[in-house]
Amino acid sequence: MRKAEIITSAVFLLISALVLYEAFSLGFGWGLEGPQPGFFIFWLGLGLGLSSVFRIVQVLRDRGLLPGANFVSAKAWPEVVKVLVPMVGAVILMEFLGFYIASALYLGFFMRWIGRFSWGMVLLVAFLFAFSHYLIFEKWFLVPLPKGLLEPYIGL
Amino acid sequence: MESLSNLLMGFGVALTPYNVMIASVGVFLGVIIGVLPGLGGTSGVAILLPLTFVMAHTSAIIFLSSVYWGALFGGAITSILFNIPGEPWSVATTFDGYPMAKQGKAGYALSVAFVGGFFASLFSIILFSFFAPPLAELALQFGPPEYFAVMLLAFSTFVGLGGGSAIKNLMSALIGFLLASVGLDIVTGTPRLTFDSVTLLSGFNFVTVCIGVFGIGEILLSAEESLEFRGEQGRIGLRDVITTIRDMFAKWYIWLTGTILGFWIGVLPGTGATPASFMSYGMAKQYSRYPEKFGTGVMEGVLATESAAHAAGIGALLPLVTLGVPGSPTAAVMLGGLYIWGLQPGPLLFIEKQDFVWGLIASMYIGNIIGLFMCLLLVPLFAMILRIPYAILAPLIVLVSSVGSYAVNNRLFDVWLMLLFGVVGYVFKKLQYPLAPLAIGLVLGDLTETALRQSFIMSHGSFSIFFTRPIAATCTAIALFLFIFPTLRLLVPWLRNRLWAPRGGG
Repeated sequence: MRKAEIITSAVFLLISALVLYEAFSLGFGWGLEGPQPGFFIFWLGLGLGLSSVFRIVQVLRDRGLLPGANFVSAKAWPEVVKVLVPMVGAVILMEFLGFYIASALYLGFFMRWIGRFSWGMVLLVAFLFAFSHYLIFEKWFLVPLPKGLLEPYIGL
Repeated sequence: MESLSNLLMGFGVALTPYNVMIASVGVFLGVIIGVLPGLGGTSGVAILLPLTFVMAHTSAIIFLSSVYWGALFGGAITSILFNIPGEPWSVATTFDGYPMAKQGKAGYALSVAFVGGFFASLFSIILFSFFAPPLAELALQFGPPEYFAVMLLAFSTFVGLGGGSAIKNLMSALIGFLLASVGLDIVTGTPRLTFDSVTLLSGFNFVTVCIGVFGIGEILLSAEESLEFRGEQGRIGLRDVITTIRDMFAKWYIWLTGTILGFWIGVLPGTGATPASFMSYGMAKQYSRYPEKFGTGVMEGVLATESAAHAAGIGALLPLVTLGVPGSPTAAVMLGGLYIWGLQPGPLLFIEKQDFVWGLIASMYIGNIIGLFMCLLLVPLFAMILRIPYAILAPLIVLVSSVGSYAVNNRLFDVWLMLLFGVVGYVFKKLQYPLAPLAIGLVLGDLTETALRQSFIMSHGSFSIFFTRPIAATCTAIALFLFIFPTLRLLVPWLRNRLWAPRGGG
């Protein structure tokens, strides 16, 4: 937990450094007609930087502050990865196959892999989801969702 | 009395068959969102936002607010029957609600939550109807310094009263503001923090970020504990409702303090139903004649929590409509919606868009009545949703979230951002960084910056402008006090040790 806290604060410190760099290059003083574009982000960046340093010091000094628990327990983190990786896969598929096919594949894969559902159930739910979304978004609310290479073949 | 005639006009708008249908659908979806533990009110409203793009403005706000009311009702179902909070604001409902259900009093506990919450909403809407017009009138005189002072006040309430670590509240808010400033500078049009990327020119969309940190983050969090819902059965009979009303009369003071406390906390910018529910539970327990029984299944625990949560939900919309400042993270998403629909939130709505404002207020009454009856009658149906296995529910929520973030700008890049912010939200939750300041900072960032820069232009760069105008000065003073408050809290015991402690044994 302590390590995770410090890493997070260090990332924030890095972000604040980036912001301050940007603020310097934009100018953060008083321009011709008022504050320059970098003015607001300069103070935000400064505030974030100082808070991160404060937080790191706080964590380092206060040994009783944090329990010795791990950020994610050894047992839990494969579970998190198991949920996260298919998510990323689904979005990659959406780039190529469009929303409907990618979502049916993702839903089906997850149901089969994690839930161990029968193939019949998998196919039914995946199809119903894609079809109902087509009706709700494309037809009723006129929100076109991304389509891929395959939809033109079935006339969508 | 002008309020009354306006309210009647509002009912004329809200009672059209289309708007009643919209409200019913909104409440129904809201209850489902409320029941599902992986899907909160904030991300739920954000996901459903794209559906409002084809609606008229008034119907759109009625829809989104109805989702909020539904979610407020729905959270209690999961808490009481399954001992898992369906929403963050119903965490305290599990303390006494679940023990009651285990004792076979599930119907009674549910009916206390629904009926108590409903009357809290009703009382709050009446407060709302009478506070809103004068507050809007006051806000009409606001210039940039007053607006900046109000924003400052909003963020100081997080730091001073938000609970948890003050520094983490501050960092979360600063990150929200920074995310908001990515893109074109609002005054001069210069690209900022885009690092020469064209995609970043349009900035981070708050819908994407909210769905990510609240929705996807929650899914990742729930993956850790392989979710299996094992719950009690609940059905509400007429007798439960009658007992509830009788007991509520006997315990009216708990209900009333919960409602007023909740409404007030809801109105405070930034703090919504979640802190209100905890505070109310704590107060009811502290002032009870038998505090030791809290947690074993006393109805006061459920009544105090739910009435405060519902009142805070209504209260959160008061600053949203009158000032353009959201009272809670969910209200922040609605504020974002107002911008997308092309409305300018704030006091001018009361003059230029009367049908919108009063239609919304009237629909609060209607939405809560619909919510009450829907929940009383359909509890077993809603509880059945939790029998859907996690392996179907999780990917469904992920997919619906993807649609929500995609549909705002029609680009898949936003879905990637949603995943990224999902991981950010997961880390924030694990390390107990609060997410609400981030969401509200992101939505209010541009407004705050504009107000600050205009103030400085007015005053030629002097800070004194925030102290010389009465309204601005009051808000700034309170805000500064709240910012310093956590430091005082740390400093006072330290000073006491230094000054009063016996020195060197003497």
